[in-house]
Amino acid sequence: MAVVYEKTKLLTDKPLHYCPGCTHGIIHRLVAEALDELGVQDKTIGVAPVGCAVFAYDYFNCDMMEAAHGRAPAVATGCKRVNPNNVVFTYQGDGDLASIGAAEITHAATRGENITVIFVNNAIYGMTGGQMAPTTLPGQVTTTSPYGRDTNHCGYPIRVSEMLATLDGPAYIARVSVHDVKHIMEAKKAIKKAFQLQIEGKGFTMVEVLSSCPTNWGMTPQEALKWLQENMIPQYPLGVKKEKEAE
Amino acid sequence: MEAQFLIAGFGGQGVLLIGQLLAKAAMHDGMNVSWMPSYGPEMRGGEANCAVVISDEPIGSPLVTEPPIAVIMNKPSMLKFAPTMEQGGLMLYNSSLIDIEPDRKDITAVAIDCNGIAEKLGNARTANMVMLGAIIQRTGVISIDSAMEALKATFGPKKEHLLPINRAAMEAGAEAAK
Amino acid sequence: MGQKMLMKGNEAIAEAAIQAGCRFFFGYPITPQNQIPEYMSKRMPKVEGGCFLQAESEVAAINMVYGAAGAGARVMTSSSSPGISLKQEGISYIVGAELPCVIVNMVRGGPGLGSIQPAQSDYYQSTRGGGHGDYRMLVLAPSSVQEAVELTQQAFDLADKYRNPVLVMGDGLIGQMMEPVEMPEYVKPELPEKTWAATGWKPGCGRERAVINSLYIDPSVLEQHNRKLFAKYAVMEREECRWQEEMTDDADFVIVAYGTTARIARSAMRKLRDKGIKAGLIRPITLWPFPNAPIQKAAEHAKAFLTVEMSMGQMVDDVRLAVNGKKPVEFYGRTGGIVPTVREIVEQIENMAKEAK
Repeated sequence: MAVVYEKTKLLTDKPLHYCPGCTHGIIHRLVAEALDELGVQDKTIGVAPVGCAVFAYDYFNCDMMEAAHGRAPAVATGCKRVNPNNVVFTYQGDGDLASIGAAEITHAATRGENITVIFVNNAIYGMTGGQMAPTTLPGQVTTTSPYGRDTNHCGYPIRVSEMLATLDGPAYIARVSVHDVKHIMEAKKAIKKAFQLQIEGKGFTMVEVLSSCPTNWGMTPQEALKWLQENMIPQYPLGVKKEKEAE
Repeated sequence: MEAQFLIAGFGGQGVLLIGQLLAKAAMHDGMNVSWMPSYGPEMRGGEANCAVVISDEPIGSPLVTEPPIAVIMNKPSMLKFAPTMEQGGLMLYNSSLIDIEPDRKDITAVAIDCNGIAEKLGNARTANMVMLGAIIQRTGVISIDSAMEALKATFGPKKEHLLPINRAAMEAGAEAAK
Repeated sequence: MGQKMLMKGNEAIAEAAIQAGCRFFFGYPITPQNQIPEYMSKRMPKVEGGCFLQAESEVAAINMVYGAAGAGARVMTSSSSPGISLKQEGISYIVGAELPCVIVNMVRGGPGLGSIQPAQSDYYQSTRGGGHGDYRMLVLAPSSVQEAVELTQQAFDLADKYRNPVLVMGDGLIGQMMEPVEMPEYVKPELPEKTWAATGWKPGCGRERAVINSLYIDPSVLEQHNRKLFAKYAVMEREECRWQEEMTDDADFVIVAYGTTARIARSAMRKLRDKGIKAGLIRPITLWPFPNAPIQKAAEHAKAFLTVEMSMGQMVDDVRLAVNGKKPVEFYGRTGGIVPTVREIVEQIENMAKEAK
């Protein structure tokens, strides 16, 4: 009988703890499949963040490190510098990467650190219960912006990919989404490309993945995907933001 | 035997080098030594000083707060450190740049025309070595030969050609301090 | 032992680390320890496999240490008091994840920006963990440049032995001073293999999948983890406590001081002996674990203790705990970057001698 679907070996058997309808599971699978297809399981070191993906070290079936909040790019830097032949990636959410870890991500990017960053942007702090994130949209209601994000009071959301694309260090920066099958396939391609470039020693690569949080957005999974498409994509346009010319 | 020096002047006058050569030479002579520079914002303001302790016993404090021997290369340092000196202490000062005498009757003060002598020898930058020669003459803690060995090690092969002029400066300084 | 060289404390520490096999250094500029990263930046590129990286912050530096240590490398960072405060987050994680590394603190005056001059006011922070959570670090306090070299090398071995960070704690004076140094020929002792390091894994490769982690969400598992850490600390307390005693056997007055202050206390002790006052000195070399034994022993016969520190009085608490009320424990301290003088210490003991009569 032909096998039409198989669990990738880069994921463990541990059941995911994510909420129903959360897209972290899809993104985990895309990362795992890309690494599997590139045949680098035995070389890969993942760095998990603080946030919803804090237990990623239980799910990715490779050597893992758990970093302090926001510090994953620094941890990945130390790790990669010791063993440059390892494939090192961080998996970070928006609070982790764009708020408390803004310095670490910026400097890893500008150094052209040869790591891959999977940046999951769902415009909210999930793990702590739905507080305002640096990527929360103007007017978006969260538990710490109960009247909607007031940009006069607390500023605007950060477009991390565009910001980092201004730097000379990064080799590849792209923003993708996982709100439908077509976009999931594109996301997979971007993630695989980022890892491929790292393996080739091209330098810093990052894929920002727009993701949904039905629980904290207060929506059904379907509504959340629709909301992502209609509200997040206009704020965070998809596409390749930076690609170093082939040398 | 323990000799404690405070060596002070402007940055660029080579006061730290005087101290390092004293310490290095004494170390090669088998003594315990310490060299402690002032550090921090005052360095940026152009002042530099270091404390050197040479002893046949293990050295306690490497700081010299009441110097028995003060080597003073410029006027601000004279004003700052003369009052801190130990009674009966020895001060060697650079009279080329200091137009006053120390305001202390209980110390021995020796004026050395460091810059004048160095210029006469044809290299104004050796004024610090003139002073080192004077220190050696007056204290006898090291010899000119051991100071030259230390200088040779500090200079390395690139600056070896400068050794003779520095020796001449030390000898002239020693002569002036007699 | 090699040839005697006149070296600055900071540079000697950096070279000693390289000799001991340290190949990774992550740091950030702060006075008075800048010669450590500067020296590393010059030397590391010339050493096979050596890497110096100036981090964007103290926080990033200690987390790079976490990553490198997690990958199995000998790694070090250095800083001075305000920077060490910033590193506390990372240090706590490193302890939790049981990673070996060496951290150097060239202590300066505080609180806040304080001053850049020598101080010993980070004693509490260093000996009580420093960051959040229950933990300890071995704290080694050299009092000469030579000892700084030796302790730095031992620090790497101790870190590997216990899978715990080791802190080498000097001060501005130890870092900036030049003294003669003989660089010992480093011989690596037998140490456990780092089978726990994250270096790349696949099923059947002969070891468990590595997870470098300090998160234990189940309270009973975390408690178990903490008990395991404290069992390690108990071994350290038993086996790693170091101190130096001078003239304590017949001493009426025992000075307790470490690092720079101990050098000055030693001169004071000699002066007091010349004056016919029986003074002795106990110099803790490990600040944690604290050498209780020699203090308890001295408390049997001494009339009183004097703790001298460049702080408002921190180690004095540990001395009092050791003496446990048996004898008076006095304190003398200078702060703000002021180093106590021999004369001041002599006066303190002379006054104590008068009172004891």
